[in-house]
Amino acid sequence: MSNIPSDLRYAKSHEWVRVSGDTATVGITDHAQHELTDVVFVELPAKDRQLKAGDACAVVESVKTASDIYSPVSGQIVEVNKALSDNPALVNSEPYGNGWFYKIKLSNPGEVNALLTPEQYKQQVGG
Amino acid sequence: MLKRTPLFELHQKLGARLVEFGGWEMPVQYTSIVDEHLAVRKSGGIFDISHMGEVLLTGKRAAIFLNHVLTNDIRKLAEGQGQYTLMCNERGGVIDDLYAYRLRAEEYLLIINASRIDDDVAWLQKQLAAFPDRDSIDLQNASARIGAVAIQGPRVVEFIDQCFPSCSHCGTLVARASDLAKNQIGEFHFFGQPAWVSRTGYTGEDGFEVVSPSETIAAIWSKVLATGHQYCLQPAGLGARDTLRTEVCYPLYGHELDEETTPIEAGVGFFVSLDKGDFIGRSVLAEQKAKGVGKKSVAFKMTDKSAPPRPHYPIWSTGANAAPIGEVVSGTQSPSLNIGIGMGYVKPEFAKAQTPIEIEIRGKRYAAVVVPKPIYRKPD
Repeated sequence: MSNIPSDLRYAKSHEWVRVSGDTATVGITDHAQHELTDVVFVELPAKDRQLKAGDACAVVESVKTASDIYSPVSGQIVEVNKALSDNPALVNSEPYGNGWFYKIKLSNPGEVNALLTPEQYKQQVGG
Repeated sequence: MLKRTPLFELHQKLGARLVEFGGWEMPVQYTSIVDEHLAVRKSGGIFDISHMGEVLLTGKRAAIFLNHVLTNDIRKLAEGQGQYTLMCNERGGVIDDLYAYRLRAEEYLLIINASRIDDDVAWLQKQLAAFPDRDSIDLQNASARIGAVAIQGPRVVEFIDQCFPSCSHCGTLVARASDLAKNQIGEFHFFGQPAWVSRTGYTGEDGFEVVSPSETIAAIWSKVLATGHQYCLQPAGLGARDTLRTEVCYPLYGHELDEETTPIEAGVGFFVSLDKGDFIGRSVLAEQKAKGVGKKSVAFKMTDKSAPPRPHYPIWSTGANAAPIGEVVSGTQSPSLNIGIGMGYVKPEFAKAQTPIEIEIRGKRYAAVVVPKPIYRKPD
């Protein structure tokens, strides 16, 4: 049974969003990291990049596969998680904490309401 | 409908993640690939290899026939000994790479790749049909009735004798399984059933492989797993099997080897005996050994943190006239070395160790360097 924090919103493609004012932090869920297992590399978007919701913006590589990550929200990247460069395994061990991918200044905060609630995401992954 | 080995339910009980491999439903991992890989390097791992194929050849002229269809010299084998060898077509292209064991004076066992069983058996039968004195040779595809496990790692030798107590009865005669030297094979008894135990493996670690009837292999797996537990033995899946063999640059059919690639191009010419007499593919291989090849297998390491190299990624030369020079055939993040590693084919002028190259990953090129094989060597 995967962990699905109640203060986050979720995309169908297994990204999570934590909103703080007009900025959001984005990462991948416990369910997603469990499916991937050993994350060995994360390719993050460049700082200042403009993203639209649904854009492929990062790549997570496990030993066996590379998976695209899609931005759940639109905006401009203000920070990327440099810790993942030395320690990609943080995605597995702390998917909602130190395994975050990037912070984005929201250009359309209303988009967050269209994302899945924890209950809806739980239903999707059968948690 | 995917095929399942006799150990399928045991894998399910262990919570294995199952995937399709060569028509079989096999465990890719139980805990994690990195965890299982490191366990094999440190203590031990047990792999289900029952999906692999077994072909038995018996008869006075079995050895002569095998020397005709395989590249290595089968005459080197004493009873109870095995050798790595390859089976080539007339163009010198590899039909399969395999192990050949001489079980008894006139009885040979071939262990072949799971994905190649049908092709290998069809080829062997075709060659046998055209072979003089073929009636004196019996060929059996025993794959469906034989199972196998591989037990690999530095600590396996500490407990293998507890799993196969007493001496061997056939093949190499030893008092204990742990007395088998590398490439030796002996027949032990496992609760009255035959279990051929060899000192061989595909991981670069010391270890043993066990071949036994399908009805017995589950009991062998369970006994070894239970006995090895206090020596830190873990079940290990195909994911770890692949990262382990890539680190030591062992070829995998379909990657380093295929019907359009010769053993000379693949860098395994050591297992081609041109002196033994004629064999299928000999003339092409002799010419390649003398005149050179059009492509060469190399091992490489990424020189900085990057996404892992993977099969089919283009390989480039470096510098002002950088150009594509080949392709990756095997690649992964090395769990032992924590850097991207792989093998690929390049034009021969780029095959020397320390040649700088670049691997193209998702449209961008990343620095790497050609390294000698094996990429991973056990620290002394």
